[in-house]
Amino acid sequence: MLRLRNLNAYYGGIQALRDISLDVGRGEIVAVIGANAAGKSTMLACISRAMDSFTGEISFDGRRIDGLPPDRIVDLGLVQVPEGRLLFPRLSVRENLMLGAYSRRCRAGCAERIEEVFGILPKLRERASQLAGSLSGGEAQLCAIGRGLMAAPSLIMLDEPSLGLSPIAVKEVMALVAAIREKGVSVLLVEQNARQSLRLADRAYVIENGRVAMQGAGSELLEDAVVKKAYLGL
Amino acid sequence: MEQIAQVLVSGLLSGGVYALASVGLALIFGVVGLVNFAHGEYLMLAMYIAWLAYDLTGASPYASMPLNLALMAVAGYLTFRIIMARVINADHSIQMLITLALSMALQNLALMLWKADYRTVRIEMTNQVIDAGFLVISAPRAIAFAVAALASLLLYLFLQRTWAGTAMRAVAQDGRAAVLMGISLRRVYGQAFVIGTVLVGLAGLLLSPIYPVFPLVGAGFSTLAFIVVVLGGLSSVPGAIAGGLLVGVVESLAGYFAGPAYQQAAYFLLFIVVLIFRPEGIAGGRGGERRR
Ligand SMILES: Nc1ncnc2c1ncn2[C@@H]1O[C@H](COP(=O)(O)OP(=O)(O)OP(=O)(O)O)[C@@H](O)[C@H]1O
Ligand SMILES: [Mg+2]
Repeated sequence: MLRLRNLNAYYGGIQALRDISLDVGRGEIVAVIGANAAGKSTMLACISRAMDSFTGEISFDGRRIDGLPPDRIVDLGLVQVPEGRLLFPRLSVRENLMLGAYSRRCRAGCAERIEEVFGILPKLRERASQLAGSLSGGEAQLCAIGRGLMAAPSLIMLDEPSLGLSPIAVKEVMALVAAIREKGVSVLLVEQNARQSLRLADRAYVIENGRVAMQGAGSELLEDAVVKKAYLGL
Repeated sequence: MEQIAQVLVSGLLSGGVYALASVGLALIFGVVGLVNFAHGEYLMLAMYIAWLAYDLTGASPYASMPLNLALMAVAGYLTFRIIMARVINADHSIQMLITLALSMALQNLALMLWKADYRTVRIEMTNQVIDAGFLVISAPRAIAFAVAALASLLLYLFLQRTWAGTAMRAVAQDGRAAVLMGISLRRVYGQAFVIGTVLVGLAGLLLSPIYPVFPLVGAGFSTLAFIVVVLGGLSSVPGAIAGGLLVGVVESLAGYFAGPAYQQAAYFLLFIVVLIFRPEGIAGGRGGERRR
């Protein structure tokens, strides 16, 4: 349902992505792994159109979206949960979730959807009126994913959701990712935590220096000698 | 004692209007990230509109309020579309130069259209007072305070209770994340700029029965609004309201104890003292920091 072809992205004169082609099918979890500065977040920024200095083709549900403004992309159900969570720190957890449903398509159903998200993430219900800035790292990540789910996405893109979390919180996040897919939402999971994400993913891409260096089934890459050495520390 | 009460009340009344003249500046800075040196010029424009309506038709500034506010909204919208939208991502120094230039252009436009004369709106109410026993309050000043308080309350409800207001607070805290929520930054910036302009315009028209209008009247209020907003922690709306009331009271007390000549000196002094001991502003801690 998401299809990238020959994506090239630039920061000023510096090229950050080179000919990236990638697909996410309906109901799939697709992992993208790569070291620091490989270009993973840049790729998501292009898809969400948080940056516009790129060339290439991006389609979603069979239609080109690379010319659309960011709000139209969210409206189509393609949502990004950014690296570092980027919650609104001085708004309450409930207000953060509400803003996830800002797009016109979602506003009317906002109240019911918050209940749904609280159903999946009961911890957030307890914290509903607390300022988001006061959440622990794990709670903040759950809140950020919950905020993404508020937009009723058909594909959710998670940028390093396990970054800076305790092993227990990482487990919780990964379980949530699996649960999201069970609900029929496709997931594009960007991670440095290669082992956990490869286990979870149906397929995976390895990005190095802005290029796709490898791709295959998650289990396949877990067993790959090069991946083992470079990303799994074996 | 009664005199002190009179002085304090009088200060609070002025302070309410100062707050109204300043919240727009705080809102525009907080949401759009723009330091608008032309802020006071919109107060001047609204005063001229009130004066023109009075001069041409005899209408009081209260009667011409709907027209006045509508024109201010149009002025804010055009300013945003034609000028501000182009410099939103520019350097702060460029933004400052642009708004300074705009301020001078508007001052000179007023000078050209209406000359340097002091114009006054002499409605009947200008000299009426409300006599509450030990307190005597001028009627237009009481109205100005009441309307300013109501406008602040409406602004608060808008920011807290509506989608557009919540989006505005979100943009003020993290524009990058707001984009990912599907919030159009440009639209929110435009809305904040228009609301800020209408609010300072409202302050101007409320002042028009008690304060003369002339081409440079906005410059003094720009300075005042800057002091108020810095006292309030720059981008904080409640902070600007507190700052406005404080400046009003300090000005009034200084006028009473030291003489009218020291009123401005007093709030500049307050400004310096606060900056030394609480550089984040009296309402600081909230507001201020911002990710883009
Ligand atoms: N705003 C920017 N301006 C200039 N260069 C940037 C900017 N953001 C990223 N880059 C550069 O683009 C390259 C790719 O960065 P990107 O953030 O996409 O990597 P990443 O794979 O997400 O890394 P990480 O795992 O650290 O998040 C890096 O070399 C980075 O320095
Ligand atoms: Mg990244």
